[in-house]
Amino acid sequence: MAVVELNNVAKRYPGSGSKGAAANAVDDFNLITRDGEFIVLVGPSGCGKSTTMRMIAGLEANTGGEIRINGRDVSQVAARDRDIAMVFQSYALYPHMTVFDNMAFALKLKKYPGEDIQKRVKEAAEVLGITALLDRKPRALSGGQRQRVALGRAIVRSPQVFLMDEPLSNLDAMLRVDMRAEIIKLHRKLKVTTFYVTHDQTEAMTMGERIVVMKDGRIQQIDTPNTLYHCPANLFVAGFIGTPSMNFLKMTLGQHGMMLTGPTARLLASPERQDLSNHRGQTLWAGIRPEHLRPTDADDCAALLTGEVDVVEPLGAVTMVQMTVDGHRITAQLDGDTRVSIGDTLTLTCDSDQLHLFDTETELALPRTHAMSTTTV
Amino acid sequence: MNTEATALSDSPDRGRKLHRRHGPPVKRLMAPAVIFLLVWMIVPLAMTIYYAFQNYNLMMPTMRGFAGWENFSILLNDPTFWSALVNTLVLVGACLIVTVGLGLVLALLFNRTFIGRGIARTLAISPFFVMPVVTGLIFKNMLFHPVYGIFSWAMRTLGLEPIDWLAHYPMLSIIMMISWEWTPFALLILLTGLQSLPEDQIEAVRLDGANRWQEFRHIVIPHLGQVLYVVVMLESIFFLTSFAEIYATTSGGPGTATTNLPYYIYLSAFFQYDIGLSSAAAIGAVVLANIFAFFLIRFVAGNLNAGGQR
Repeated sequence: MAVVELNNVAKRYPGSGSKGAAANAVDDFNLITRDGEFIVLVGPSGCGKSTTMRMIAGLEANTGGEIRINGRDVSQVAARDRDIAMVFQSYALYPHMTVFDNMAFALKLKKYPGEDIQKRVKEAAEVLGITALLDRKPRALSGGQRQRVALGRAIVRSPQVFLMDEPLSNLDAMLRVDMRAEIIKLHRKLKVTTFYVTHDQTEAMTMGERIVVMKDGRIQQIDTPNTLYHCPANLFVAGFIGTPSMNFLKMTLGQHGMMLTGPTARLLASPERQDLSNHRGQTLWAGIRPEHLRPTDADDCAALLTGEVDVVEPLGAVTMVQMTVDGHRITAQLDGDTRVSIGDTLTLTCDSDQLHLFDTETELALPRTHAMSTTTV
Repeated sequence: MNTEATALSDSPDRGRKLHRRHGPPVKRLMAPAVIFLLVWMIVPLAMTIYYAFQNYNLMMPTMRGFAGWENFSILLNDPTFWSALVNTLVLVGACLIVTVGLGLVLALLFNRTFIGRGIARTLAISPFFVMPVVTGLIFKNMLFHPVYGIFSWAMRTLGLEPIDWLAHYPMLSIIMMISWEWTPFALLILLTGLQSLPEDQIEAVRLDGANRWQEFRHIVIPHLGQVLYVVVMLESIFFLTSFAEIYATTSGGPGTATTNLPYYIYLSAFFQYDIGLSSAAAIGAVVLANIFAFFLIRFVAGNLNAGGQR
């Protein structure tokens, strides 16, 4: 249980400096966790999320800033003295030890009394349902079982902080969903501050109390899953969070600050958005999530996207439709019983308060009015 | 599709069974290799056993005949044979300790990154490519020589009395030569072993609170278990047959101080021309090699595995 504080943490690899900004694996990382919080670091590969985690663990030294655990600056503290447990993507179980010994190893190194070790390992094994496997060697276990042992090895120590580096990515899809729920349950029970790295935004959304979205070594946004979904800070976050990802169209804002127009598309910005008056006449990115689009009969409302259907994917509950509007690929998630076929001309509309607007220069979201940003469920 | 894939991956034996059922006729395909190996091994062994029970001295080639156990009784009553046996064991044991110990230390060093590591590795391995006779001659004439040798020069420079290594410390000299030759072999194999150690296991053990020694003791050594086994097995077989270094330097002397079993066999075959006796001694060497192969190696391997489990 701990408060982890990262102040301006940076990682620069030597030798890559001449290339300029890209040389920093992590740059200016600021975050203060609450005690027992579940933080998810998410981003495309190479965004620095794993490096950040390895710096917290002490496996890599931070070249800038400071890392504090419960107020103590641990930047110069060796990994073994930080009291942090990590679950590796490959599990990194010790192949020559039994499951019991794998879990007991850290306790033995700390010279815990024998009965205490027995008790703790048994308890952890029961929580994870691996009591029957304690005498086996890792190679005799399935992927899911190894995953549990790796978790068990972390929890027996009752460390200050848990780090999990893509722990589910080596499991098959079914098992991944199960283990996801199990890790959340475990976290509720143990209430240990946890950092969880993933590139899978579904995992991030379902597990994180707060999510750190990273790209190119920089934090894009730190927020709850709901806020990330409803109020993405910039174009990258908007496109990264949510499946299927958000549709983007380049459109021009009309002179009244209300109407967005493309070559054929028309969209209506929310009439409550006073702030748009500064952007009159500008070209903006308009973003709409696929699930907020719905088919409409032409000309009965102001917001219209018309195009020819390219792809139809009936998934039962919903039907995914792809079409091209003004040169932009638009994905819409329609009701399962929608009758559309390839080649049809389809007109879609959306509510103006579901519309996200981004500056084309800075790619930042245009600030939404206070009333809007709190419409999170 | 999906369930099928998971079912397959769940049972590692499945692949093997399938392979066996539909596989090629393994026995017949392997037969040529096995037969070749058997002929290569069995024929010389059978001939050695045959000669061991023969009265056969090249100086008296006409006086041949069945000797019964006579060769063996001569052998077992020959003090030189026993000293040769002891010398062999000392040589093998000492060389194993030095090469494996030094090889492990060097492997740990060469596993780190430093500038010029590739060149340093190549240089470190090069003694292994020097022929044993050449090694013997280099050591005898350029290093150990009491007048011209580098060692004596170094000692004189330090104001000490030079040592005639081969005369005063013959066994130590032989051990030094053989270890010089074979440490690179241990280094090479242990280094590949170290390189196959997954980085994340080291990281995991560090986060578990292990210091450098515990990391080495509980992760690196168990990981190297199999590799150490291979090194010890191969090296003990090669050390048992050390000959050229002794032949080129001490010729088994002074006296019989460096006469090991191979050299004893050589002496009885090519100085006493007693093929029967040397064959009997060769049988002794085969028995010794097998004792090594079975007991010593089992013991070492068992210890390593147990060390890992504890």
